[in-house]
Amino acid sequence: MSPEFTQRLAQARQEGDAQAILDAIPYAQLIGIEPYEAGSDRVFRLPANKNNIGNPLLPAIHGGVIGGFMETSAAAHLLLTMETVALPKIIDFSLDYLRAGRLTDTYASCQVWRQGRRVANVAITAWQTSPDEPIATARAHFLLTPPSN
Amino acid sequence: MSASEKAARFISVLPHCGVLGMSVEYADSEKLILKLPYQSQIVGNPENGVVAGGSLTTLMDTACGTAVFIAFSDHEICPTLDLRMDYHTSARPGSDLMGEAWVERISNNVVFTRGRIYQEGSDEIIATCTANFMRIGKHIGGQG
Repeated sequence: MSPEFTQRLAQARQEGDAQAILDAIPYAQLIGIEPYEAGSDRVFRLPANKNNIGNPLLPAIHGGVIGGFMETSAAAHLLLTMETVALPKIIDFSLDYLRAGRLTDTYASCQVWRQGRRVANVAITAWQTSPDEPIATARAHFLLTPPSN
Repeated sequence: MSASEKAARFISVLPHCGVLGMSVEYADSEKLILKLPYQSQIVGNPENGVVAGGSLTTLMDTACGTAVFIAFSDHEICPTLDLRMDYHTSARPGSDLMGEAWVERISNNVVFTRGRIYQEGSDEIIATCTANFMRIGKHIGGQG
């Protein structure tokens, strides 16, 4: 990795600056992910955006965008909270759609259930009106790059 | 209408697929191939130019959903129930992505599909996908 990028990530980690991490990821910019602080929990927000529509009749957010939002949120969450010096690399991702994602702001929160030295297991929940009524739940494994001692 | 025309018409009304420039590469009654052009806006790792997993999830959700759509003669709409991605290897930066999808089985209530992603000029599998869709009848609804 280039020293400049590594330094940028390290600084964002140190300052807990989710915005700086999302700013560095073009795909996060494309769909419009932003940090959203709700109490002590780290939450990410995907503001309503016509460019993210899949089903124009409802209208509903593209299921793939909901997945991409959850996946990218999980990677950013790991980078901010775990011992990894590079962007976590996704291994697999399993997504259950529970409700149609309407064209309104969507939120995601992540729970790291296990971090080994090389792999992290993360559960992600996405909701719109209330965290008690998720529109999708997902589980992902990521490969980490532990700091060299 | 041919499978290819039907698939092209289906994805042409999905706004996010337009943003990504997705197009139908091939379609028949057995399988479908969608093309996702490599572009800087779908990059997930700015360090090496590798595309984000999310763009591949979108390619597979669209390809599997379109394969379901062309499998029915009466335009039945089926929302995605669940989807699983396995990322075998990083996609080569600069090279377009091909998303192939097919229907494994149509039961009374569920359509079972599979998909895989590779890149132009290579047989190497980048990612595989399993996605299931609910049959909810002919009314308008469901998830894109």
